[in-house]
Amino acid sequence: MWIYEKKLQYPVRVSKCDPRMAKFLAEQYGGADGELAAALRYLNQRYTIPDQVIGLLTDIGTEEFAHLEMIATMIYKLTKDATPKQLEEAGLGAHFASHDSALFYNNAAGVPWTAAYIQAKGDPLADLYEDIAAEEKARATYQWLIDMTDDVDLQDSLKFLREREVVHAMRFKEAVQLIVDDREQKKVY
Amino acid sequence: MNNNQCRVYYPFVGPFDPCPPIRVKTYVVPPNQFIPFQPMNLPQYPLPEALRRGTLWPALFSPYPCPPVGKGGGDY
Repeated sequence: MWIYEKKLQYPVRVSKCDPRMAKFLAEQYGGADGELAAALRYLNQRYTIPDQVIGLLTDIGTEEFAHLEMIATMIYKLTKDATPKQLEEAGLGAHFASHDSALFYNNAAGVPWTAAYIQAKGDPLADLYEDIAAEEKARATYQWLIDMTDDVDLQDSLKFLREREVVHAMRFKEAVQLIVDDREQKKVY
Repeated sequence: MNNNQCRVYYPFVGPFDPCPPIRVKTYVVPPNQFIPFQPMNLPQYPLPEALRRGTLWPALFSPYPCPPVGKGGGDY
């Protein structure tokens, strides 16, 4: 069960009218290394992982949904006031043909999200290493997105999200350590 | 049976929106929403007009686009 707070995890301010950026931000919305994939990956893997890291996956998976909501806010703000013609000029003509200005879970190239992006192997190390890789890939994606806009307010929110990926990767690495260490623990029965 | 198919709503306009706002958005509620099962002997268009409109019955005709501003009207 979740409790919803009707506010964003971090403020999203978009100052430049640049619908093109919405197309690129979609990579973090419905892309392979995006927030949707991350949230669903962690919240699904947590059932079959050793007890001491279940809570970590729950917490991070939940936070990914908060990030998803921030990305959605950015995309919405950038597209809600664009006419069909402006969307077409922004490279979103194909998107409009199918979705109007509705948001949709696809990547920057318009490929719809698929569960094949994520994995659940049932092996704690395999799953946690996938999670670390996902965080690093998401961090890189945020870097490229920051490079693509000169809107300092949008950059500010993206920098916050990028930093969270760094922290999450660190926590997952610690989780790996917890699982590895257990083997060396001296146990007296 | 023409103009009330077009509904409008007024989306939230934030003080910090990056683009000039679209204040009125529209959507269509076509007449089939109001006819659960088509009654017999409805009035009919003359045949040539029916061919052009895509339906034999004025009660089912749905014009597009919506007249008011919103999505650009006749602009696109």
